Amino acid sequence: MIRALPAFVVIPLVSAFVLPVFGKKGKSAATLLANLATVALLVLAIASIGKSGVYEVGNWPIRVGIVLVLDGLSSLMLLVISVVSFAAMLFSARYMEQYTAKAKYLSLFMLMVGGMNGVVLSGDIFNLFVFLEIASIASYALVGFGCGNEELEASFKYMVLGSIASIFVLFGVALVYGNTGSLNMAYISKAIQGSGLNAGLGFALALFIVGFGLKAALVPFHAWLPDAHPSAPAPISAMLSGVVIKTLGVYALSRVVFNVFGISIPTGWLLIVLGLLSMVAGAFLAIGQWDLKRLMAYSSISQMGYVVLGIGLGGLIIAGGGNLAWASLAILGGLFHLVNHAVYKSLLFLTSGSVEMSTGTREMRQMGGLAEKMPVTRATCIIASASIAGIPPFSGFWSKLILVVAAIQAHFYWVAAIIVFVSLCTLIMYLKVQRYVFLGELPENLQQTKENKNSMLVAMIFLACLCVLMGLLVLVPSLKQSILDPAVQVLMDGVKYSATVMKM
Amino acid sequence: MPYALCFLLFMIGLYCAVVKKNMVKIVIGIMVMEYAVNLFLIMLGYRTGGTAPIVDKTYLESGTGQIAASFINTSVDPLPQALVLTAIVISLGSLALMISICTRTYGKYGTFDITEIRRLKG
Repeated sequence: MIRALPAFVVIPLVSAFVLPVFGKKGKSAATLLANLATVALLVLAIASIGKSGVYEVGNWPIRVGIVLVLDGLSSLMLLVISVVSFAAMLFSARYMEQYTAKAKYLSLFMLMVGGMNGVVLSGDIFNLFVFLEIASIASYALVGFGCGNEELEASFKYMVLGSIASIFVLFGVALVYGNTGSLNMAYISKAIQGSGLNAGLGFALALFIVGFGLKAALVPFHAWLPDAHPSAPAPISAMLSGVVIKTLGVYALSRVVFNVFGISIPTGWLLIVLGLLSMVAGAFLAIGQWDLKRLMAYSSISQMGYVVLGIGLGGLIIAGGGNLAWASLAILGGLFHLVNHAVYKSLLFLTSGSVEMSTGTREMRQMGGLAEKMPVTRATCIIASASIAGIPPFSGFWSKLILVVAAIQAHFYWVAAIIVFVSLCTLIMYLKVQRYVFLGELPENLQQTKENKNSMLVAMIFLACLCVLMGLLVLVPSLKQSILDPAVQVLMDGVKYSATVMKM
Repeated sequence: MPYALCFLLFMIGLYCAVVKKNMVKIVIGIMVMEYAVNLFLIMLGYRTGGTAPIVDKTYLESGTGQIAASFINTSVDPLPQALVLTAIVISLGSLALMISICTRTYGKYGTFDITEIRRLKG
């Protein structure tokens, strides 16, 4: 398996450069090829579960060469990326027929997937930056893919803030290299344990938190997300909200904070505060929206707050010397919520794309009564809404329950109260979606609306089934032990990461 | 001192990117930041009076074939140069994309002023 690690980066990159060769005539061949590539990645990701190891690129030893590291957290993220990109690619097969230059779209899509897989696997911090930039640049272009007024404006805004974030990360990388003399994350971590944090490294940590925070759209840095995510084509919105902000933001942040620098009480508190701010502000801003996709984008900010809160709470308990069982429970809640959110938020964006394609509008006040016209979209949308609002037995309920239990056990009663309160706000905003989009009276001009066909439906039903079944990930012990527990263990181990990697 | 100037350049770029209203000036600000970081990386590997980091026969110790200590003590660090090359290529890519988005936006709105390009709100 370890020998196959480069395939996670090579398959998407090669297909990204082959796809534009198919011009207008080979559109269906290009679509087929891109779908095959995502299926291959999905198979590889499933095969990588439970494995761990280091791949040394070009046989250079780990200290000086480029390494790809597969551990529990990486394989969890690979699985999430592959599942969402598989569904989004299936959905694009039909949805993107309304745009010109489909082959270029597919190429950018694969480039983004390749960049994200690289971020997740990279074992050295400069390559993490390189892959981060590959994924980001592809996503800037995809946000502006429609080339309309709003798309271009959103793309520019995203690009400016995204570039500033990348430069912060590069500055952080330079400072870390200057202070520790290494770029490999395991060796950096070892050097930091030896010398402790000096001013330069502290500044680098701050730069990383701001840079990755901007990529993750945590609340003080969230300005670009509500413009960028709705402006992209629906499958790309699903990818952006579903996996891009998680991989480039939360994964990279937790890897650097937990495994490289080591969690401390101030950073733990910082993550908790960022998480709570995102949860509350995102939820309040979302309720007032009338643009369907914009509402979902704000709710992404709110849901990412849960993930960061869970991880931060776990980190704070570890750093404060509290009960490790509750720390691992909090991290488990955060990571499980990350997985859940990837699935149901991408499903929500796909349903919004289906609605937009059939009705030609995203304005909720101009819709209504679509329940009869689009039964499958409606059913999948209800499942996703119930899941995000935390109604049992759907997946979102379990992750929120774990977070609440962890917060109460660690005596953070007010945090538990806020989690439940934001969950109620989420319920309200998705009831609003159901009420204005699918119930009520059908407007005159939408009488001819038809349900979408084929691949779009398959993609939505696939994700809806996952939404229903995902609760099993924590309820069935063998699934939990093979998928979620190794990922939690990576964050729990913290700076022991360096010793683990050097032994592999 | 050179590090402080480099940081000053970084802050000038950040100021330009955050405060300016003209899209092209924002792009220039971002690029100034990028170059400040590149300069910083290059300075990390710099050594006054250092030699090029290329090992030739004169630097190999006769007999053992080991690299001589004199080489390690005088050569500059080559790694930051490789990093800077990569970073420059990446920033070239994002610069090209940014400028093309700017020109397309100018075609749509007829202005570079971001205070007038405000369709998206809320």
